[in-house]
Amino acid sequence: MSIPEPFRLLAYLVGFLSFVGLNAAYLVWVERKGAARFQRRPGPTEVGYAGLLQPIADAIKLMTKQVLVPLEADRTLFRLAPVFVLTPALMCLATMPFSAAIGAIDFNLGLIMVFAFGAINVLAIMLGGWASRNKYAIISAARVVSQNVAYEIPMLLVVITLLMVTGTMSLREIVDQQAGGFWNWNVFNGIWDFRGGGWGHIGSNPLAPVTFVIFFICMLAETNRAPFDMAEAESELVAGAFTEYAGMGFGVFFMAEYANILVGCSLATILFFGGWHSPIGILPGLLWFLVKLYLLIFTVVWIRWTFPRTQFYKLLNLSWKILIPVSLITLVLTSVMLKLF
Amino acid sequence: MKNLFKEVWTGFGSLLTGMRITLEQFFKPQVTVHYPHESLKMAKRYRGHVVLVRDTTTGKSLCIACKSCEKACPSDCIVLDGIKREGEKKKSVTDFKLDFTKCSLCGSCVEACPIDALEFSKNYNLASTTKESFYQIDLYKPTLEAKAE
Repeated sequence: MSIPEPFRLLAYLVGFLSFVGLNAAYLVWVERKGAARFQRRPGPTEVGYAGLLQPIADAIKLMTKQVLVPLEADRTLFRLAPVFVLTPALMCLATMPFSAAIGAIDFNLGLIMVFAFGAINVLAIMLGGWASRNKYAIISAARVVSQNVAYEIPMLLVVITLLMVTGTMSLREIVDQQAGGFWNWNVFNGIWDFRGGGWGHIGSNPLAPVTFVIFFICMLAETNRAPFDMAEAESELVAGAFTEYAGMGFGVFFMAEYANILVGCSLATILFFGGWHSPIGILPGLLWFLVKLYLLIFTVVWIRWTFPRTQFYKLLNLSWKILIPVSLITLVLTSVMLKLF
Repeated sequence: MKNLFKEVWTGFGSLLTGMRITLEQFFKPQVTVHYPHESLKMAKRYRGHVVLVRDTTTGKSLCIACKSCEKACPSDCIVLDGIKREGEKKKSVTDFKLDFTKCSLCGSCVEACPIDALEFSKNYNLASTTKESFYQIDLYKPTLEAKAE
């Protein structure tokens, strides 16, 4: 890049902040409009064309509200939690290669960094819940922790399976390995690998689509999205860990939720769907990355408005009894296949 | 063990079925009515508050101020008054007030009316910030406005 170093970083910082802000605002619109379409209603229509200015109106409303801190609350932690919840998402985005030319940092531990910062998100929600001194918030915090611990394991197992195949943790290199057509994507190339040229050979992970499904389910659980939104089960826990937050404090948690979806879906795009590479060999670049990203985000919304919330013990059962054994099977299978072929 | 595999397989299949169904709904036209901009036509037998029936040619109220409705009303909601004008055979109404806070829309007044000068309206957009605005709904005034037109 021709831009000198400190300015380049500054440009990326501003870029990520605006990208996250814009997405958080307009994913709310997508969510509401999507929910409406799934339920065959019109959704927001009043503010601007097709309700497009609705997120801005909401943001203005939130910003004009007073940020109240409950008397009983731990004032420092209470104020710190929103900061902690949004920063990791931004840090994660820094390692994401959006296209061949766009990517803030490219270092060979990108994937580890994403997971390391992803884990802080849990801590932040727990802090917010704990500092509120509100029974709903504390129940929610406890749920978030046990849920995230349970789902971190299959997610990491799945990622290890993938790492054994790719042999690198640099997200950029992982994307580059998937160049070519959609048959070279990690979600398919485990079954039959064409990358050697010719007719190809048997892939190293015949259960690759299952691997992706497990990753996606874990991603939903990690970001506390429906059907795993036990943390903010509106009907039981008011707003969960965010119950005591008013105004923009709540707004930041809300933004962080969508920022995390953004990170999760970006990661899925990079790891399984070939990042910026075109599925049919035309126009590689940011366009394809965004198309894949938003298709995955649409799937997240689609899942939210299809399935009811699971019970908490069923959620843990799903993780410990199904996802972890299955991801262990894929892990063992992949290592055997790698040794044999 | 075999059961577990079967359960996971069929469970996953049913999840996909659910997602297929919601996606089908996604592309279908909406079923709700966009209320303030469009509204449903009220059913024929819908009961809004009563109104005076007007003569289709003159626009005047048909009411002859016989006070049958006033007597028929079980909750004493209706107060009306009338005079006999020069050159007319029948009396005509000069004042017709309905207390809608007490009215239960029983329809006794509509039934009691000898010349069918009362009917149920289709008006359901009734809202006010004060209770007083429903104490005396003037049913006579709208018939005068129609005359002016």
